[in-house]
Amino acid sequence: MAVEQPMRTPAAPSGDQTRIHNIGYRSYDGPRLGRSYATRSLYSQSLRGSYGLGRSVKSKVLPMLLFVVMCVPAAIMVAVAVATKAKDLPVDYTRYAIVMQAVISLYVASQAPQSVSRDLRFKTVPLYFSRPIETADYVRAKFAALASALFILTAAPLLVLYVGALLAKLDFTDQTKGFAQGLVSVALLSLLFAGLGLVIASVTPRRGFGIAAVIAVLTISYGAVSTLQAIADAQTSTGSIAWIGLFSPITLIDGVQSAFLGASSAFPGGVGPTNGEGVVYVLVTLGLIAACYGLMMRRYRKVGL
Amino acid sequence: MYDPTVARLTYRALLGRRRALILGALPLLLIAISVVVRGLAGADDQTASDLLGGLALATMVPIIGVIAGTGAIGPEIDDGSVVYLLSKPIKRPTIIFTKLIVAIAVTMVFSAVPTLIAGFILNGNGQQIAVAYTVAALVASIAYAALFLLLGTVSRHAVVFGLVYALVWEALFGSLVAGARTLSVQQWSLAVAQKVAGGDLVTSDVGLTTATVLLVAVTVLATWYAGQKLRSLTLAGEE
Repeated sequence: MAVEQPMRTPAAPSGDQTRIHNIGYRSYDGPRLGRSYATRSLYSQSLRGSYGLGRSVKSKVLPMLLFVVMCVPAAIMVAVAVATKAKDLPVDYTRYAIVMQAVISLYVASQAPQSVSRDLRFKTVPLYFSRPIETADYVRAKFAALASALFILTAAPLLVLYVGALLAKLDFTDQTKGFAQGLVSVALLSLLFAGLGLVIASVTPRRGFGIAAVIAVLTISYGAVSTLQAIADAQTSTGSIAWIGLFSPITLIDGVQSAFLGASSAFPGGVGPTNGEGVVYVLVTLGLIAACYGLMMRRYRKVGL
Repeated sequence: MYDPTVARLTYRALLGRRRALILGALPLLLIAISVVVRGLAGADDQTASDLLGGLALATMVPIIGVIAGTGAIGPEIDDGSVVYLLSKPIKRPTIIFTKLIVAIAVTMVFSAVPTLIAGFILNGNGQQIAVAYTVAALVASIAYAALFLLLGTVSRHAVVFGLVYALVWEALFGSLVAGARTLSVQQWSLAVAQKVAGGDLVTSDVGLTTATVLLVAVTVLATWYAGQKLRSLTLAGEE
């Protein structure tokens, strides 16, 4: 078949003449969007995926359900506060996430493996790295996406509370201050939980096992810490309560916010850490987040290549 | 009704490679906490009962039950390799029964044994507390394994639903709504433990006969239905 090939005869046919075929494909010479664009796309895809957007209906059910479960108590509290003309909201902004920790843990446990385990199992990680993104870009995009998803999950009920409080004509400066403190604390919580969840989930390609492992780490550590604190409280060794609290993520956040963000502590006996201990809490929290990032980088340096 | 090859494969899937280490971390943590508590508080029956009831029976047994129960069948259905098993001339109920036995055994070894050890560390089996909670963990292992094995055949999100049941239903609703406690494996096994301990430290909201009947019924029904489910299993493409 002597089809005439639209040969792209170069102007000066010097040098590169060794090819067997030139079947005449044009090479792409349009604009290349580059590394930061690919990273942003991965971030927005992962963020949408955390709420099941762009995925099947079945995978929308759980994240949306957890989001609703997270917001409904806030809406009820606001309704009660408006109806009874209360002087204050029934729950502090900073306390809300602590009360709803089971829902947050379930969300992290279900979405962290969704975000990274499937890439490992279906061996799509090498495909990502064949694009112009680096290990650090992948890790940062996934980390930021899950942290943002968690921030949306934890900040939305606070927003409901804040708007409700303003509608109920509570004191503006007081409420704004509480709201801001709440936002800082849930931002820390989102970063910490996203980091822990992703590190654990990125170890296993099995989604089910990842879910169980994340929830086990979050709930067992909390169960162990609160049991030990209760016993320390009963033994009236109140000094050790704050130190025990360092060993589970949710008590860590509780400690930080009761030391610096004006929250009342949920520790047994209501004794939060002092300022000195609070500094340790902040350092441990930030250290954990950095450690999670470092571990993810280490894990993805080799994976799939 | 019991197929050694299926059992061996299931054991390998559950405990192979480093998974046994991860499963073993939870019991070790329980024992470590017991040692710390014994050091802090000394031998105290109330503390022992609180720790075993709150941490061992309420948190550890369900989580290990979820991992073992859904892990016995879930991953195979998930990656589609279950068709190779189903195409063999083995009855589907036999497969389920074998996997159930394995799941029960794993749950018992990783939850009841450490409970017994922790109980002895905490108060040297004073007032039969260690034995009572061990019996409860054994009974709960059977029911949880059957329940979560069924979940593994029904849904691809079995682990999440299993955890929602174990943590939200039993722990959260159970502490708020009294009626939810009647429908909780934890309370049924506590009823058995109450009978063993005989004292006032271990209490349950459910009577012993009700608990026994419900435990047996749930285990048998879940196993039977899982067998039926496996007979008409469809492998879905998209998750």
